[in-house]
Amino acid sequence: MTTTPAHSDPARSDPESSGGASTERLTFWEEATRWTLSVDHKKLGLMYIAAGLVFFLIGGVEAAFMRLQLMKADAGIIDPETFNQLFTMHGTTMVFLVGMPILLGFGNYLIPLMVGARDMAFPRLNAFGFWLFIFGGILLYFSYIGSQGLYGAPSAPDVGWFAYAPLTSRTFSRGNSTDYWILGILVSGFGSMTTAINFIATILCMRCPGMKLMRMPMIAWMMLVVAGLVLVAIPVLTAAQAMLLLDRSLGAHFFDPETQGSAVLWQHLFWFFGHPEVYILILPAFGFVSEILPVFSRKAIFGYSLMVAATVGIGFIALGVWAHHMFVIGMGPVLDSFFAAATFLISVPTGIKIFNWIGTMWGGRLRFATPMLFVTGFIAMFVIGGLTGIMLATVPMDWQLSDSYFVVGHFHYVLFGGTVFGIFGAIFYWFPKATGRMLDDKLGKWTFWLLFIGFTLTFMPMHVSGVLGMPRRVYTYEADRGFELWNMISTIGVPVQMAGILVFLWNVVRSLRKGEIAGNDPWDAWTLEWATTSPPPEWNFDRVPTVTSARPLWDLKNPEDPDAHYE
Amino acid sequence: MRVKPKLQLLGLVLAAIAFAATNTDSFAALQSAPLEVCDSSIPPTEGAGVTGIFSPNSATTREIRDLSYLVFAICAAIFVVVQGFLVVAIVRGVKAARAAKRDPAGSSREPVQIYGSVPIEVAWTVIPVIIVFVLGMVTIRTIRNIDLTNPPDGALEVTVIGHQWWWEYRYEADARDGITRTIITANELHVPIGRPVWLRLESADVIHSFWVPRLAGKMDLIPGHSNAMWFTAETPGLYLGQCAEYCGTQHAHMLLRVYAEDSAQFDAWRAAQSKPAVEDATVAKGRAVFTQYACMNCHTIAGTSDGMFGPNLTHLASRDTIGSGFIDLTRANLRQWIADPDTMKAGCNMPSLKLADDELDAVTDYLMTLK
Amino acid sequence: MRTMSNEASVVMSATTTMPSRAKVGMASLIFMESAFFAAFLVTYLYYIGKSPDGPQPLDCLELGPVLFNSACLIASSVTVVFAVKSLARGAVGAFRLWMVVTILLGLEFLVGTGIEWRGLIEGKGLTLQSNAFGTTYYALVGFHAFHVAIGLLMLFGMLLLSLCGCINPKRDHMRVDIATWYWHFVDVVWIFVFTLVYIIGKVPQGGSL
Repeated sequence: MTTTPAHSDPARSDPESSGGASTERLTFWEEATRWTLSVDHKKLGLMYIAAGLVFFLIGGVEAAFMRLQLMKADAGIIDPETFNQLFTMHGTTMVFLVGMPILLGFGNYLIPLMVGARDMAFPRLNAFGFWLFIFGGILLYFSYIGSQGLYGAPSAPDVGWFAYAPLTSRTFSRGNSTDYWILGILVSGFGSMTTAINFIATILCMRCPGMKLMRMPMIAWMMLVVAGLVLVAIPVLTAAQAMLLLDRSLGAHFFDPETQGSAVLWQHLFWFFGHPEVYILILPAFGFVSEILPVFSRKAIFGYSLMVAATVGIGFIALGVWAHHMFVIGMGPVLDSFFAAATFLISVPTGIKIFNWIGTMWGGRLRFATPMLFVTGFIAMFVIGGLTGIMLATVPMDWQLSDSYFVVGHFHYVLFGGTVFGIFGAIFYWFPKATGRMLDDKLGKWTFWLLFIGFTLTFMPMHVSGVLGMPRRVYTYEADRGFELWNMISTIGVPVQMAGILVFLWNVVRSLRKGEIAGNDPWDAWTLEWATTSPPPEWNFDRVPTVTSARPLWDLKNPEDPDAHYE
Repeated sequence: MRVKPKLQLLGLVLAAIAFAATNTDSFAALQSAPLEVCDSSIPPTEGAGVTGIFSPNSATTREIRDLSYLVFAICAAIFVVVQGFLVVAIVRGVKAARAAKRDPAGSSREPVQIYGSVPIEVAWTVIPVIIVFVLGMVTIRTIRNIDLTNPPDGALEVTVIGHQWWWEYRYEADARDGITRTIITANELHVPIGRPVWLRLESADVIHSFWVPRLAGKMDLIPGHSNAMWFTAETPGLYLGQCAEYCGTQHAHMLLRVYAEDSAQFDAWRAAQSKPAVEDATVAKGRAVFTQYACMNCHTIAGTSDGMFGPNLTHLASRDTIGSGFIDLTRANLRQWIADPDTMKAGCNMPSLKLADDELDAVTDYLMTLK
Repeated sequence: MRTMSNEASVVMSATTTMPSRAKVGMASLIFMESAFFAAFLVTYLYYIGKSPDGPQPLDCLELGPVLFNSACLIASSVTVVFAVKSLARGAVGAFRLWMVVTILLGLEFLVGTGIEWRGLIEGKGLTLQSNAFGTTYYALVGFHAFHVAIGLLMLFGMLLLSLCGCINPKRDHMRVDIATWYWHFVDVVWIFVFTLVYIIGKVPQGGSL
C-alpha cells in the first residue's frame, strides 16, 4: 500500500530548467549533434515521431495528387506511370515510414517512463534501429533520383505496396525501382526488429519494483504483443524480399512462373507478414485509447484482465488469418472457409476492446479535451472499419468487393480513422510531457473536426464506389458507371483534411514557443510518466518508483481509496 | 454542446451506411442510368454502365447479393447498438461532468471506480461469439453453394487468357455444337444466356482478375496456376467489368465486356467467328501493308498472319471496341490507334510503326473489312 | 550496454527479480531468426519435386561429406558447452582451448559447405539459376552458412576478448553463456535444414511429397 512514485523536485517543474537539459544556449550544430549521437529513448522516440510526421506529409501529398486525378473520369492530370508510382509510394510510405515509426516512436518514448525504467534495455541498439529506419526511408525515396537512366523504366517503385509477383520480376519491372523498394523496406525492417527486441527486453526486464505484469499500463501490454508480432512477421517479409532480390539480381526462380516458380507463394509470404502488420499498426493505437480514455472519463479501465487477454488473443489469431487477403486466388472452399472462420474469430477480442472502452466511459465524468475527442472519434471510426472488415471476411462478398474501392475505404477507416486518430490523440496527450508546454486545445478541436469531416467525406464514398464496381489502383475510370459523383466527394474531402493538418502544424510550431506551461501532470493522470517532470530528465526518475497497483498515481492522489485494495 | 455535432455526424454516418445497405440501386439511378437492360434484340450501348454488385444477373451473384443484405443488416444492427451505447455513454458522461462541476463538494471527488464486471464481460464475449458463429456458418454454406471448383453439366467452355492489358478468349472446337475450329477473339466475350459458362482462367504475363460484378464475383488469372469460374447469365445484355488486380501501367484500361445473347444469336455469332477472314480485293493494299510491316508478328488474321503477342484480328470489325474495351471501334479511332497507340493508351505494349498517311488509310480500310 | 549514470545501478538492484535482459534479448533474437528460417524452410518444402528440368536432388546431394560436416557442427555445440563450463569454473586456459576447438569445427563446416558447393556447381552443374531446386537449395543452405559465419565471428570475438584479458570469468561467464545460445541455435537450424534437404527432399525426378 505504500505507493511512492518519485516525487520530483518542485524546482524542476519549471520547463525552462527541467528535463536535464542544461540552460546554456546551444548552437544549432551542437544541438543537432547532441540529438544525432543520443541513445536516450526519449530523444529517439521524438525523432521517430518527427520523422514519421515528415513522411506523413509526403505520403499525404501523394494521396492528394491521386485524388486530384480521380476527381472526375479521364481527368488527364497525371499520367498512368506516375499515378502507379504515387499509390505504391503512398502505401509503402504510410505503412513502413509513417505508421511503424510513429507507433514505435511512442513505444520508445513511453515504455521506460510508464514501467518506471531509466532507459530501454539496449539503448545503443535502439539508436541503431532508428538510424536504420531513417536510412531505409531515404533509400526508398532516393529511387526518384537514383533509379532513372534506363529508357522506359520507372523512376520510383510502381508495383503496388504488396508488390505481387511476377509484376516485380525483371521482365515486367525493368530498371532498379523495385530494387529500391525491396532494399528500403528491408533496411527499415531491420530497424523495426531491433526495436521490437528492445521493447520485449524492456517490458519484461526493466519494470520498477512492484510493477507486476498485471499492473502494467495497457499500452505496455499492447506494445509487448506488437513487439512479438514484429518478431514473427517482419522476418518473413525480410525472407520474402531476400528471395525477390535473389530473383531479380542473381536470376533465381522463387517467384518466376516460367520455371515452376509460384506467384502465389509470394502472396502467402507477404500476407503472413502483411496481416500481422495491420495489428502492429492498430494495437499501439488501442494502447493510446486505453490510456487516454480512462483519464478523461475519470475511471479505471473497465475489465483490465479481459483487455489483456483480448490483446494477447489478437496477437495469436493475427498469425492465422493472412490468407483472407487471398480469397480471389482460387484457394478452394476448405481454405476459404478456414480463413473466413479465423477472421470472424478475431473480431471477438477486437469487439471486447470496444465494449470495454465504452464500459470505461459509462458512468464516468467525461471531459472532451482534444485527446479525448480523438480517441472517441477513434472508437466510432474503428467500429465502421471493423464492420466493413466483417463484410470482407464473408468470402462470397469478398469475391465481389476484394480489390475494389470498398477495400480502400475499409482499411482507411482502420488505419486513418483508427491508427492516425489514435496517433493524434496521443500527440495531444503526451506533447505536454515531452515539451513541457500544452498544445492549444481550441486549435486542437479545429484539427479534430476538420480531420473528422474531411476523413468522412473522403473515405465514406469509397465504400459506395466499390459497391458500384470500381476497382482500386486505377488511374482513371469510365464516365458512364456512376463512379464520378462519389469520387468527386472523396476529392472534396482532401482540402478539408489538409486544412486540419495545417492547423495542427501551426499549433505545434506555436505551442513549442508560446504554449501554456504544462506542469508535471496537466491531465491529472495516473500512470508513472506523469510523476516526473515535463520534459523528464535524461534519467527519467530521480528515485526509481515503487508501485502497488496499475494506477500508482491514483493511489497517491486517493490514499483513502487506493486501487491496491481491489487487486 | 459538443455532443450535438457529434450526434449529427454519427447520424449522418449511420444514414450513409443504411443508404448503402438498402438502397444501392438508387445510386445507379442517381446517375440517370437505367438499371436493368433486358432488351433482347441488340446489345444495348446506352445505360449499360451498371457494374454494381447489387444488380445481379446470375444465380451466383444473386446469392451473393442476398448474403450481402444479410451481412449488411447484421453489421448495421451491430453498428446501431455499439454507436448507440457510445452516444449514451458520452451524453451521460458529459452531464455527470457538468453536475460535478456545479457541485463544489462533488468536483473534487472522482466518480465511482468500477474495475470490471464478470457477468457483463462474459456477456460481451459470448454474444459476439454467437454472432460470428452465425456469420461463419452462413458464409461457409454460401461458399459450398457457389461451388466454383466443378464445371456444371453442359457448360460452354471458354479459356480466358489475361495479357498486359487486354483479354484473350479461346472457344475450343465443340463437336456437340457443330463447331470445328477453335475461335480466338479478344476483349469481347460472347456467351449464351441460360447456359452455364465455364471459364478457365490463365495468364500470359502477370496476375489479372476477371470481374464482371453482375455475373460473378472476381477470380484471379495467375501465371502458372490454373483457375476457373463459372456463371449463367439470365437475361440478354451487355455486362461490363474490368481487371481487378493491379497488373501494371494500363491496369485501368483493361475493361471487360460480356455480351449475353439468346442461343440463336450466340450460335450465329459463333458460326461467323469460325469462318476464315474476309478476303476483299479492294483493300489488297492495306493487306500488303499489314504483312509488310511488323503488324503480322504480333497479330493473327486467319489466313494472313499468325502472330500471338497481340489480339487476334480475324474478325476485328465485328467488335464494338478496341484497346480492351474503352475505345469505340470507328474508322477514325482505329486509324489513330494504329498511327500511335500511346496517344490513346499511354504505355501500352503496341508500338507505333510510324506509317505514312496513305499506308495508314490503307491498313485501316483493310482492318475495317474484317467483319 | 549499461547506461552510464550512477542511477543505473539502482535500476539493476531494484529489478533483480526480473529476468535478465540479456537472456530475453537473445531469446527474442533467436525467435526472430527462427521466423526467418521458417520462411525459407517452408519455401523449400513447397518446391520439393517441382523442378522438372535440370539437376535433381537425388543425383546431386551426397550424404557422406555432409554427414561429416554436420557431425563437426554438432560437436562444436558440445565443445562450446565445455568452454562455457570451463569459464564458469574460472579455468580461462581451458575456455580458450575449447573456444579454439569450437571455432575450428565451425570453420570446417563452412569449408565443407564450400567444397560441396564447388562440387555441385562444377560437377553437377547445379546453380542458383538451374531450377527451383537450385534456387531453394542455395538460398536455404547459403543463408544458414551465412548465420554460421556470424556465429563464428561472435565466438572469435569472445576468444579475442579473452586473449586480451577482457573477460573476467566471475563477471562475464553468464554473458558468454548467453552469447553461445546463438551458436546452439545455428546448430538446431542445421538439423532442420539437413533433415529437409538431405533426407525428406531427395524425391525421385518428377515426384513430390
